[in-house]
Amino acid sequence: MVAGGFGVGKTTFVGAVSEINPLRTEAVMTSASAGIDDLTHTGDKTTTTVAMDFGRITLDQDLILYLFGTPGQDRFWFMWDDLVRGAIGAVVLVDTRRLADCFPAVDYFENSGLPFVIALNGFDGHQPYTPDEVREALQIGPDTPIITTDARHRGDAKSALITLVEHALMARLK
Amino acid sequence: MTPPPASHDSYGALHDAHYDSEGDQPLVRPYAMTGGRTRPRYQLAIEALVSTTADPAHLATLLPEHQRICHLCREVKSVAEVSALLQMPLGVARILVADLAEAGMVAIHQPGNGEAGGTPDVTLLERVLSGLRKL
Ligand SMILES: Nc1nc2c(ncn2[C@@H]2O[C@H](COP(=O)(O)OP(=O)(O)O)[C@@H](O)[C@H]2O)c(=O)[nH]1
Ligand SMILES: [Mg+2]
Repeated sequence: MVAGGFGVGKTTFVGAVSEINPLRTEAVMTSASAGIDDLTHTGDKTTTTVAMDFGRITLDQDLILYLFGTPGQDRFWFMWDDLVRGAIGAVVLVDTRRLADCFPAVDYFENSGLPFVIALNGFDGHQPYTPDEVREALQIGPDTPIITTDARHRGDAKSALITLVEHALMARLK
Repeated sequence: MTPPPASHDSYGALHDAHYDSEGDQPLVRPYAMTGGRTRPRYQLAIEALVSTTADPAHLATLLPEHQRICHLCREVKSVAEVSALLQMPLGVARILVADLAEAGMVAIHQPGNGEAGGTPDVTLLERVLSGLRKL
């Protein structure tokens, strides 16, 4: 999973390593409206469409890695719950100028127990804060890797994924 | 994140055999071989892989949406790709793929022996890691 706030570079990251142009899948969430016991209004439903970008990397003849850019809004947790089950882990992208945008994702992965790494996406090549400063600010434990990245560059995205899988492996072997 | 089992190769072999035989030799339809498979108890994982096992000659009897999925999944695709490429909501893609799996028209590959989205095991993580390093 590739998570983080709106505009932090999730789709850019997915596109940088994916062998296909990122595709978009939509999930429709339906919930009955307030007047549910009024039979004349049973047709009233509110539907919300959640779009999610994803890419794929064929790693081996019979091994395909999918990268899902998770919809940022908190109310779409159902989509995350769906993804988290088969997931290896998450790259949480962070724009340090808008640090608070990553709080929901960090909270979510800490609670779900899914291994995650924090990747500081340096817009315009700037990394105004060091990983240690961000660790302090986010109150992230010492085991969780914090790296810097440029979501536009394949090599950077690739090494962020390697860091994540190494971290997931360490977590499993513990 | 899903490794299809090696049986993927046998699909390729069946597929080729069909075109080589020019129809003069009756082939066992793949759906007959997997026949009577019930609808998956689990919800299909979004990353579950789908590959067509149906005899192309049989496709014409299917609903158009089922046909489109069978055509698309001649090369293995995830449920997410079925949804995106055929422009149908994820939930619809899941139901249609499950229908096809029940009818033995497609094979589903997902890790965890059919349990949707089992946590990837160490062997799988190691394979992913070495695959990423070789990119
Ligand atoms: N300068 C710079 N721009 C970036 C970087 N990553 C993403 N962007 C741009 O930021 C905008 C939002 O990125 P996008 O991937 O769509 O964000 P998403 O909402 O998280 O999917 C796009 O215009 C990207 O081109 C980066 O590392 N540096
Ligand atoms: Mg996006």
